[in-house]
Amino acid sequence: MRFAVEVLVTLKPGLADPQGKAVEGALPALGWTNVSGVRVGKHVRLELEADGEAAARTQVEEMSSRLLSNPVIEDSRILEVQEVPQEGVQHT
Amino acid sequence: MSARIGVVTFPGSLDDRDAIRAVELMGGQGVPLWHADPELHGVDGVILPGGFSYGDYLRCGAIARFAPVMEEIRGFAARGGPVLGICNGFQILCESGLLPGALIRNRSLRFVCRIVSLRVETTQTPITADVPPGEILEIPIKHGEGQFVAGEADLDRLEDEGMVVFRYCGPDGEVSEDHNPNGALRGIAGIRNEAGNVVGLMPHPEHAVDPDVGPTGGQALFASLLSHVMATAR
Repeated sequence: MRFAVEVLVTLKPGLADPQGKAVEGALPALGWTNVSGVRVGKHVRLELEADGEAAARTQVEEMSSRLLSNPVIEDSRILEVQEVPQEGVQHT
Repeated sequence: MSARIGVVTFPGSLDDRDAIRAVELMGGQGVPLWHADPELHGVDGVILPGGFSYGDYLRCGAIARFAPVMEEIRGFAARGGPVLGICNGFQILCESGLLPGALIRNRSLRFVCRIVSLRVETTQTPITADVPPGEILEIPIKHGEGQFVAGEADLDRLEDEGMVVFRYCGPDGEVSEDHNPNGALRGIAGIRNEAGNVVGLMPHPEHAVDPDVGPTGGQALFASLLSHVMATAR
């Protein structure tokens, strides 16, 4: 089975997020003066072959902690797991 | 015989040649190492140089840590071999788990490029073995992601076990936020591992060895590294 997985990587709460601060600082220039607490993260989408959804999740969690995120400074979580058509298979 | 110091070139390394030049100016032999070559060619010490390995994609140092040569360096470090990570090299060591903590975007959001004063905090590393603690060294920094962070427990352990090697300071050695160029927690510019043989720092000692082009604060560090290597090699 083939799955498409979306992973969200965010800076740990409490860690300064200069990127979020920069975005927050720019919003009032466009007239939005009521915004605070902006945090910027990363979104990773990938596809993988796995025996089932549980196996796909387990593998993605391991990939997240070893490469997609740095657990010292970031949290990661799976947003969505969706079965997708096999690669190379023609669907008519 | 002079000490043989390997300098790794990753795709995107910038300061590999300066590091080799610094080693040679100080009387050692610089040995170029290649990221894809899982072989250290019998060197006595390893430098991971500055730059933007793999374009700093994902996170600084995140991809470089999986280079074939890194597996060899991990073994070399475990056997007590001296490993020095400068700037991007420091980021790679943190991503590899060879050093605790991480380096994130400067608090100012700006790339900083200037000469800083550094206070030496410990002699328990190959690069500071011959440098008295409290010594102030002038060395340039140039980075966008140099803010050292770690959990409180890790920070306390770094302090308690003397693993902080360098702090940003003023001209008289005073550590304060005024002299902190990137927001690094507790003013930390460089750290070591428990054994002391793996050291990472954001400032660039390899750019501070030639009096014709700037400060010479790096000389003492390279001299110490080379003499340490010669003393332990036999």
